[in-house]
Amino acid sequence: MSGFLIRRLMQAVLLLFIVSMIGFAILHLAPGGPLSQFAASGEMTQADLDRIAEQLGLNRPLPVQYLEWLWRMLRGDWGVSYRDQQPVLKIVTSHIGATMELMLTSTLLAMFLGAWIGILGAIKRYSLFDSLATIGAMIALSIPTFWFGLVIIYVFSVGLGWLPSGNRYTVGDGSFLNQLHHLIGPCIVLALVSTAVWSRYMRSSMLEVINQDYVRTARAKGLSERYILLRHALRNALLPMITITGLHVPTLLSGALVTETVFTWPGMGRLFLDSISYRDYPTIMGILMLTAVLVLLGSLIADLLYGLADPRIERSGQ
Amino acid sequence: MSDQSKRFSDLGFPLPALHRRDFLGLSAAGVAASMGFGAQAQTAGAVPPPPAKRAGQVVLGLSQEPKAFNPLMPGVEVDEVIWTSVFSSLWVAEPDGTLVPDLAVSVPSEENGGITEGGLAWTVKLREGVVWHDGAPFTAEDVKYSLDLIMSPGFKARTRVGHDLVKDIVVKGPYEISWRMERAFAPYLAQLANTHIVPKHILGKAEDPNTAPFNGAPVGTGPFKWGERRPGDSITLVANERYHGAGPYLEGAVAKYIPDMTALYAQFRTGQVDVVIISGIPANYYEEAIKLPGRKVAVAPSGNIEVIMPNLEHPAFVEKAVRQALYASINKQAIVDSIYYGVPKGTESFAPRESWAYNPNLPKQEYDLAKANQLLDQAGWKRGSRGVREKNGTRLEFAVSTTTGNALREQCQQLMMQDWQQVGATIKISNMPAAVIWGDFYVRSKFQSLLVGTAFRTGLDPDPASRFASDAIPAKNGNGGNYMQWQNTEADQLMKDGQATFNQDKRKAIYWKLQEIVREELPILPIFQYAPLEGIKDGLVGYRPNINARQNAWNMGSWYWAR
Repeated sequence: MSGFLIRRLMQAVLLLFIVSMIGFAILHLAPGGPLSQFAASGEMTQADLDRIAEQLGLNRPLPVQYLEWLWRMLRGDWGVSYRDQQPVLKIVTSHIGATMELMLTSTLLAMFLGAWIGILGAIKRYSLFDSLATIGAMIALSIPTFWFGLVIIYVFSVGLGWLPSGNRYTVGDGSFLNQLHHLIGPCIVLALVSTAVWSRYMRSSMLEVINQDYVRTARAKGLSERYILLRHALRNALLPMITITGLHVPTLLSGALVTETVFTWPGMGRLFLDSISYRDYPTIMGILMLTAVLVLLGSLIADLLYGLADPRIERSGQ
Repeated sequence: MSDQSKRFSDLGFPLPALHRRDFLGLSAAGVAASMGFGAQAQTAGAVPPPPAKRAGQVVLGLSQEPKAFNPLMPGVEVDEVIWTSVFSSLWVAEPDGTLVPDLAVSVPSEENGGITEGGLAWTVKLREGVVWHDGAPFTAEDVKYSLDLIMSPGFKARTRVGHDLVKDIVVKGPYEISWRMERAFAPYLAQLANTHIVPKHILGKAEDPNTAPFNGAPVGTGPFKWGERRPGDSITLVANERYHGAGPYLEGAVAKYIPDMTALYAQFRTGQVDVVIISGIPANYYEEAIKLPGRKVAVAPSGNIEVIMPNLEHPAFVEKAVRQALYASINKQAIVDSIYYGVPKGTESFAPRESWAYNPNLPKQEYDLAKANQLLDQAGWKRGSRGVREKNGTRLEFAVSTTTGNALREQCQQLMMQDWQQVGATIKISNMPAAVIWGDFYVRSKFQSLLVGTAFRTGLDPDPASRFASDAIPAKNGNGGNYMQWQNTEADQLMKDGQATFNQDKRKAIYWKLQEIVREELPILPIFQYAPLEGIKDGLVGYRPNINARQNAWNMGSWYWAR
C-alpha cells in the first residue's frame, strides 16, 4: 500500500510541475496583459504603464518569471494579485466558502436524485419511467446552463417573484433561511445537469450488476427482491461511482463558472473568470494549481477507497 | 448570438451581449448625451431637505467588482466609487467643471495668490479640524506624504502625470503646504481633484505601501468609513460621524457586484439594487426601463467619445481626403437610431459636450456617399478590381477592430462596412477580447483602425495633449496615448500653450481652435459621446451625474432618501 502511495505521489508532483509550466506559458503567451484594463481609459500614460510593467517584473524573460513564481510557490508564497494588491491565498480562501456551500448542496441533491432515478430506471428497464428518465436526461444534458439559469431567473424571479434573482443573501439579512432561499435557484440549475449524469452512470452500472450470476443465484436462493437489490446489487453497482465521486471532488472547490456568474454567486468560478479577464496572472495560477492538486488528490482518494471497498482490487505494491 | 437575442426578445426578456460586460467600462450601453439626469432631477419639483438624522442605506449595483482600494494605485472606474466615498482630495470638480475646495480651504489661483510666478509656485491652505477615520488629525504632512509617495521609485503609483513636475514640497505649518513646478502646467489643478490624500500615520509606517494591509481596509477622511468586504460579493461602507463636510445623510452604503448586466438590470427591476451606475443598463432595455414604476432611468453623460480611430501610419489612412471621405460615409443617424435605440446624439468633437472647453460650432458631418466618392475621385483614388479603389498601388483596404462580444459595436461595424464598400473601400472586421485588444495591439499602434470609446483629456482637465501631441506616440518612443500617431505642428503648439496658461478664457480659445483642426484633419472620426443609461430608485435625492468625475457616486456623501 505504501509503495503504491509513494509512487502515486511522485507522479503527482511531476504532473503538478508540468501543469504549472504549461499553464504559466499559455497564460503569458496569450495576447494582452494585466495592464490593458488601464490602457483604454486614457487616464494613465504610456510612461505610467511601462513603469508599472517594470515594477511588476512583467518585462523580464518568461523563464525568469516562471522560476521566480515557482520558487515562491514552493515556499508557500502564492504571490500578490495584480488587481487586488492582496495576497492570492487570501483572495482564494475568501471565495472558497461560497463555492463549497453551492457545490456541496447541489452535488448531494444530484447524487441522491440521480442514484434514485438510475436505480429505478435499471430495475424497470424500458418502462415508461425509464424512457421518460432517459429522454429527460438527454434534454438536461443538452440544455446550456447559462440559458437554463436565465430561464429560472425569468420564470421564478422576474415572473413569479418566488426566488431572488441572484446573490448569496439579501443585503442586510444574512439569516440561514435567507441564504437557503438564495441557494435554490443556482442549486436547481447545477443539480439538473449533474442529476442527469449521475442517473445515467447509476443506471448503466446497475444494469451491469443486475444481470450477473450472483444476483441470479441470490434470486434462486429465494431472497427478497429488496434484499437482493440493496445488499447484493447496489453495493457492487456503487463501486464505479466511487471513481466518479473522486473525480468530482475538484469541482466542489473550483466552482461553476457559468452558474456562479448568472446567479452572481461570489465563488471560485467567478473569481477565476474575473481574474482571466483582468489577466491577473498570480491569481489565475493560484486557482489553477489548487484545482490541479484537487484533481490529483481526488483521483488518488478514489483509487484508495476503491481498494478498500472492493477486496478484489489488489495493489501491486502490497 | 443574435439568434439568442431574438429568442429572448420574444419572451420579453431580451438578452444583450452575453459577454456580461466590457470590463474596461466602455460598455455596450454607452450612448450619447441627450437630456440627461441632472436636468431631470433638478426640474422635478421641489427637492425635499436632507433629513435631520442619518437614515437608511443605498445599494449600488456595479457590473465590475471594486478591488483596488489604495486610491494612489492602479484602478478602474468602479474602484473610484470606493475612493470618492472613503477618501477626500484637496478639491473636487463639480459637473460644470468648477473646482470646489474639500481638504483645502480654497482652490489656488493666480487671483487669490495661491499660484504665483506664472504657475511655477503653488501654495495651498488646508482645512483645520479634519480627522482621519481612526481619529488621528489630518495635516499638511499627509498631503506631502501622498505627493511624495506617488513619485517614490518603488511605489506602483497609478499615474505620475503632473506629479512628476512637482518639486521642493514644503510643509509651512500644519495647515499650509507649498511646492514648485518645473514648468507651468494648468491641468495639474484638475489632476489634484482626482488625487486622494492617504494617511501618513498609517501608510508611512507600512513596510511596503504596495502590499500594506491598508490597501485591503482603507482609512480616509471621506464621508464614509470602510465597513466590511465580502469578496466577490459586496463592500459595505458606514457613515463617518466626524466628516468635515455636510452629510453623510445615509447610515451606510453597499457596493454590490453583479457581473452579468442582465442580472444587474433584473435586480434593479426587482428592487434589490437602488442605483445602477458605470456600465449602467443595457441600451436594449431602454424602452422598458424608462417605464418602470418607482424608478428613474435616463442617460448620464460621460467624458468618453465613441470614435473610429485610424492608424495614420497605415497606407490607406495617410491622406486627409480618405479620412474625410470615410467620415462622410458614416451613417451616424442610423447608428444612433437603429443601433443605439435613438438615445445618443452624434458629436463632432473630442471634448464632451458638458466641458467648458467644448466647441459647439464645429461643422456638422453629413452622410453623403456622393460627396465621399467625389472626394476620393479628386484625390486620385481610382476604382480597380471589384470596385475597390487604388492609388499608386495602395488599395483602400483596412481592418476595423473592437472588443469581441459587444453586440452594438458589432452592428455598428456592419453598418459602416456596407457604406464604406459603396465608396470603394474594402473592410475586414477583426475583433478581439478586451484583454487582448487593449494590450500592445492598442498601445503600440498595431491596429489598422479601431472602433473605440475613450476620453481625450488629461484626467478631468480638457487638455488632450497626451492623446494628440506628436511627442505622445508610444510606437515612436513617445510618452502618451496618441495611438493613431497623429502629428501636427500647429496642434502641438496649441496644446503647449493650453497647458501653460491658467486663464480659462484663453485656454477655451485655444481648445476651440484645436477642435476645429481635429475636425478638419480627422485624426479620429468622432461618432457620439458616451452616456450610459443609469437608474435610481424613486426617492433617492442627491444623485448628480458628473462628467468631471469618473463615476456618478462621486458625491454619495450628500445622498439621502426623501421621506
